Amino acid sequence: MCHLKNIFHYINIELKGGVFFVVVTKPSPLPLLSLPIFPLAVLDFEIDRKMLGVARRKLGFGLFSATRVLPAGSVLPRKYSTAAKEITVREALNSALDEEMSADPKVFLMGEEVGEYQGAYKISKGLLEKYGPDRVLDTPITEAGFTGIGVGAAYYGLRPVVEFMTFNFSMQAIDHIINSAAKSNYMSAGQISVPIVFRGPNGAAAGVGAQHSQCYAAWYAHVPGLKVLSPYSSEDARGLLKAAIRDPDPVVFLENELLYGESFPVSAEVLDSSFCLPIGKAKIEREGKHVTITAFSKMVGYALQAAEILSKEGIDAEVINLRSIRPLDRATINASVRKTNRLVTVEEGFPQHGVGAEICMSVMEESFEYLDAPVERIAGADVPMPYAANLERMAVPQVDDIVRATKRACYRSVPMAAAA
Amino acid sequence: MAAATAAAARRVSCSLLRRDHGHLLPLLRPFASSAGGQPQLTVETSVPFTGHKIDPPSRSVDTNPSELLSIFREMSLMRRMEIAADSLYKSKLIRGFCHLYDGQEAVAIGLEAAITKKDAIITAYRDHCIYLARGGSLVESFAELMGRRAGCSKGKGGSMHFYKKESGFFGGHGIVGAQVPLGCGLAFAQRYLKEGTVTFALYGDGAANQGQLFEALNISALWDLPVILVCENNHYGMGTAEWRAAKSPAYYKRGDYVPGLKVDGMDVLAVKQACKFAKEYALQNGPIILEMDTYRYHGHSMSDPGSTYRTRDEITGVRQERDPIERVRKLIVSYELATASELKDIEKEVRKEVDEAIAQAKESPMPDPSELFTNVYVKGFGVEAFGADRKEVKAVLP
Repeated sequence: MCHLKNIFHYINIELKGGVFFVVVTKPSPLPLLSLPIFPLAVLDFEIDRKMLGVARRKLGFGLFSATRVLPAGSVLPRKYSTAAKEITVREALNSALDEEMSADPKVFLMGEEVGEYQGAYKISKGLLEKYGPDRVLDTPITEAGFTGIGVGAAYYGLRPVVEFMTFNFSMQAIDHIINSAAKSNYMSAGQISVPIVFRGPNGAAAGVGAQHSQCYAAWYAHVPGLKVLSPYSSEDARGLLKAAIRDPDPVVFLENELLYGESFPVSAEVLDSSFCLPIGKAKIEREGKHVTITAFSKMVGYALQAAEILSKEGIDAEVINLRSIRPLDRATINASVRKTNRLVTVEEGFPQHGVGAEICMSVMEESFEYLDAPVERIAGADVPMPYAANLERMAVPQVDDIVRATKRACYRSVPMAAAA
Repeated sequence: MAAATAAAARRVSCSLLRRDHGHLLPLLRPFASSAGGQPQLTVETSVPFTGHKIDPPSRSVDTNPSELLSIFREMSLMRRMEIAADSLYKSKLIRGFCHLYDGQEAVAIGLEAAITKKDAIITAYRDHCIYLARGGSLVESFAELMGRRAGCSKGKGGSMHFYKKESGFFGGHGIVGAQVPLGCGLAFAQRYLKEGTVTFALYGDGAANQGQLFEALNISALWDLPVILVCENNHYGMGTAEWRAAKSPAYYKRGDYVPGLKVDGMDVLAVKQACKFAKEYALQNGPIILEMDTYRYHGHSMSDPGSTYRTRDEITGVRQERDPIERVRKLIVSYELATASELKDIEKEVRKEVDEAIAQAKESPMPDPSELFTNVYVKGFGVEAFGADRKEVKAVLP
């Protein structure tokens, strides 16, 4: 019952302009986050005591403590829902595509094997049967050609979703993504907008070697005119993909193959067809007070695992799930660093000129005086991805790496007890 | 047959023999073929069409006096605009790239004569005249070239990035060959939305070798997209002659399984006939290639004198034998639709119009500094964008 009181202390419902907003506040210097609830969505306020403190995820980093306060940044009222439904990221993406295609007849999907094969990773399963071959299009293996066709269709006013089997193949079409899509609205002074989504798995899979393992977050986030999103959980996948498809600008949507099969609990609100997450807003997955860890995509899971390990040693880490690489949520990151005074950035991609470099610079520019330690960064090794399992393990960040770097940022390389 | 049409033309011409040519103005309705009881003229194209896997259309093209006069005026306007742009570039009012179209006017005009504003056109960077043909204004054109606020892209695009979406002109692209898949995408959308319209994707002989062209053509043929690929073969890809760049410079045949037509691109009526034919074909059957045999008098761009890789004799030869405006002038005079001096008056008028447009464009100011940050996104979510010194210059993107 005490949790109920806490909840009402945190949650306000505001009516602004005819739309209900759920506003989560906390008496601490954290940014206000609010989520618009469309009038048709139903908020389930019943508290199931079994649900409190249960946010067990199949990733296996253990139960959250039942008395832990759920992070204020997590506006999603997971604690409100009666039953904890779990869906995989794959199901989340599939349902998001399905709903957006159903809602807007201009949305169509094209890519290799998206139709009859049901999707190379089964993300588009069932869509061909439901929407027909005019809206779910199998393309030949010609990225430059079909990406250009997708962008041209977007010029005319359709809303294509172009799938790359992996983003490594997007390099064959990168001229269309950058020069034909990203820059058109600017060059035409607003005449030609490009409401297109480029999506597909990004980053390392398992054992697929150098040409199939690169992370393109830094490459695409470099370009003005693009928006770059990278989901972690099922809620992220659903909300961000829906936002991307509805967005009038070109969006690069970086998924992760190894996350497709992961299950995450989702609330009724997330499952509603009007659910949408804002672009450009990060999520604080885990509140903490000693150090901030930023991550996106698969690395969020690793960061959360690291945070669990660190909490046993007395280091309380705040984990930020970036969600949006461009625009980067500098406000959330800086507010967090101003609170914790220490920062570790985590990414899977190559380190030089990476996402972490930008985050570090942003924090230095805006919150220099608040830093008590140099910023640490964890990234993939600065080598093409090797195949041998032991080398591959060294080429991708592991939980241990994040733990070690965080301890360095906290000036601790041995457990607290020993330092006394 | 010829006597009958000549007699009909003379009957028309009686009313045109008056000195003041103000009466010509009502006749200068663009492309009103067989409108309101006008006599039809039938003109033979300079050479027959050559087909690849298709029966070519007839050499006899229907037209009428007002269409021909309108064509003459439009082509003169385009020619004058490009020559004026040359001077503006040399006086440093136009910067960067400037690719001029003079010599190729017949393609732009003939194409426009065959289609509607609901059909779409997309081209590469030699786009000033296509923009004009699609309904763009001279002032917007010159202002854009000079980087002024009144430009069609508000000064932010430049010579290579003219657009007029509401009349189906999708640019204006700087990357050689990229416009072809984009054009196929436009056609995809037209078919998806069941609009009954087509897209003409223009490219040069240099771009004809691009891989993405064949990728897009393959998909277009598979999906029956109503796209017409138009190769404006001016025989030089920048400084490289076609025989040095293409093993097979028969560009109308390069579609292999896609039919093609070779057209004299300096004969505006041949271009019109071919485009009309191609539009009907594409709506029924999917893609078709048109190769326009044309020529550019200027070099590749303003930084190219155009004489290091071709002879001056060749250029003057084409100007004397095949100039598109001269061909129409001869046609008009021989059919006695107007006298030579009346046509000269039209040219003087056109020159004046261009000069006035330039003067007006020059008065337009440069874009406001705040325009640096506009149109990056349609929806910016209030995110910050930074200038070179981010502590000094930044903006919130609306």
